[in-house]
Amino acid sequence: MLRISGVHTFYGNIEALRGIDIEVNEGEIVTLIGANGAGKSTLLMTVCGNPRATHGTVTFEGRDITRAPTHDIIRLGIAQSPEGRRIFPHMTVMENLQMGAVTADPAHFDEDLERAFSLFPILADRRSQRGGTLSGGEQQMLAIARALMSRPRLLLLDEPSLGLAPMVVKKIFEIINEINEQRGITVFLVEQNAYHALRLAHRAYVMVTGKITLTGSGADLLADPEVRAAYLEGGHG
Amino acid sequence: MEYFVQQLINGLTLGAVYGLIAIGYTMVYGIIGMINFAHGEIFMIGAFHALIIALGLGITTGTWIPVALVAALVGTMLLTPIYGWALERVAYRPLRGSPRLATLITAIGMSIYLPNQVQLLQGARIKTLPPVLQGGFEIMEGGGFVVTLSYLQILIMVLTVTLMVAFTLIIEKTALGRAQRACEQDRTMAALSGINVDRTIALTFVMGATLASVAGMIFLLRYGVIDFFIGFLVGIKAFTAAVLGGIGSLPGAMLGGFLIGLIEAFWSGYFTVEYKDVAAFSILVLVLIFRPTGLLGKPDIEKV
Repeated sequence: MLRISGVHTFYGNIEALRGIDIEVNEGEIVTLIGANGAGKSTLLMTVCGNPRATHGTVTFEGRDITRAPTHDIIRLGIAQSPEGRRIFPHMTVMENLQMGAVTADPAHFDEDLERAFSLFPILADRRSQRGGTLSGGEQQMLAIARALMSRPRLLLLDEPSLGLAPMVVKKIFEIINEINEQRGITVFLVEQNAYHALRLAHRAYVMVTGKITLTGSGADLLADPEVRAAYLEGGHG
Repeated sequence: MEYFVQQLINGLTLGAVYGLIAIGYTMVYGIIGMINFAHGEIFMIGAFHALIIALGLGITTGTWIPVALVAALVGTMLLTPIYGWALERVAYRPLRGSPRLATLITAIGMSIYLPNQVQLLQGARIKTLPPVLQGGFEIMEGGGFVVTLSYLQILIMVLTVTLMVAFTLIIEKTALGRAQRACEQDRTMAALSGINVDRTIALTFVMGATLASVAGMIFLLRYGVIDFFIGFLVGIKAFTAAVLGGIGSLPGAMLGGFLIGLIEAFWSGYFTVEYKDVAAFSILVLVLIFRPTGLLGKPDIEKV
């Protein structure tokens, strides 16, 4: 479904991605784990064309999107809940959800809103509150709900567990699983919380300073001594 | 008392012009964080479009004055935004992402270029339009002073309030307005939501230019005299209004516009006409000292 081949991306003079090959198949949850600054978020943004890859290609459902403008890529059926959540701070929860539905058929809006509220009931209570006044966990829920409003076929999630209480983290991962299983949405998940992410994933990749160093099934990587030493020792959430 | 009411009416109609232009400054500042110093020139071009259409339709001779007025209004509202769009496309879009100083200098450059273009095409002499809309109501009388509310002033107020309400509704309630606010708050996320950011910014310039063109038409009807240079002072005053109200805030721009208009009218009415500009700009200085975000501007509340 999504194929990233030989992608290099620069931030100014810094080469953040140094030849990445990743494939995400339809119906999968694929996880990318790596330390801070490894280039995980850059990769997700490169898929969305901001910044663009300087070498290599990104294809989505067979279509080359390497040079496409961001808004066109989103219209193809990709949605991202980005790093830092990027909730529109001065818009209400409702307006943030409407922003998620920009590319969607307006006829679906009420139904999708209903589903968002049943997935995250707290958002229904907060619907006329401004995004900037929500707590971190609520913002994360809103970011995921917003991404789902466009009925994406591929959902890109950037560290949905960052800075959240363990109970909330557990809930978020349950919901990601539910989105994948019940709605058939393909998920490409970037995480530092390797334990939860690998348990959830069908397949996983490990990224170190702009390169993929390991790949395998989620269970394999969870058992891998190197992964355990680098990302899991010292307790798991 | 009667004199006061008269100055109030004059100030409000003058403020309408500033307010309409100030909205363009504040919207563009909100969405791309730049002061479009050429915006006053768009207002001037709007006045020229209105004049050319009005004279072309024989507004000075015909019995079709209302038709000519409406045609001039609609015409300038359709033609002037082309300049707003072209300005963004030619001068500002290629510089997106470059240092602020570069766009600022470009804006100043465009504000020098546009009046010169009009001077070349239309000549340097002042252009006049005889009063076409005369008469009014005498609403108060006392102490030998008659307070009049002219038909023109009524027209100006109705037009301005209608446009301000319409634009507020567009920004607050429509998908286009939401897209504009999204670009204002987080351009990257707006693009990630599927918004065509470049097109939204261009539309913002078009909307600002539409309002400025109406202000140009009002200015033409009110004073009857225009030349290629009117954009400068009126533009600076409207910019002052936008800063006074809180740049980036739509209601702030309207409030600021009316305040600057009132300050000018009362200063001229009770003190001296010569120093009315000084009065307006002094208020700006005071506001910037004691309330740097303007009257309705608010500091960011952002939680990360």
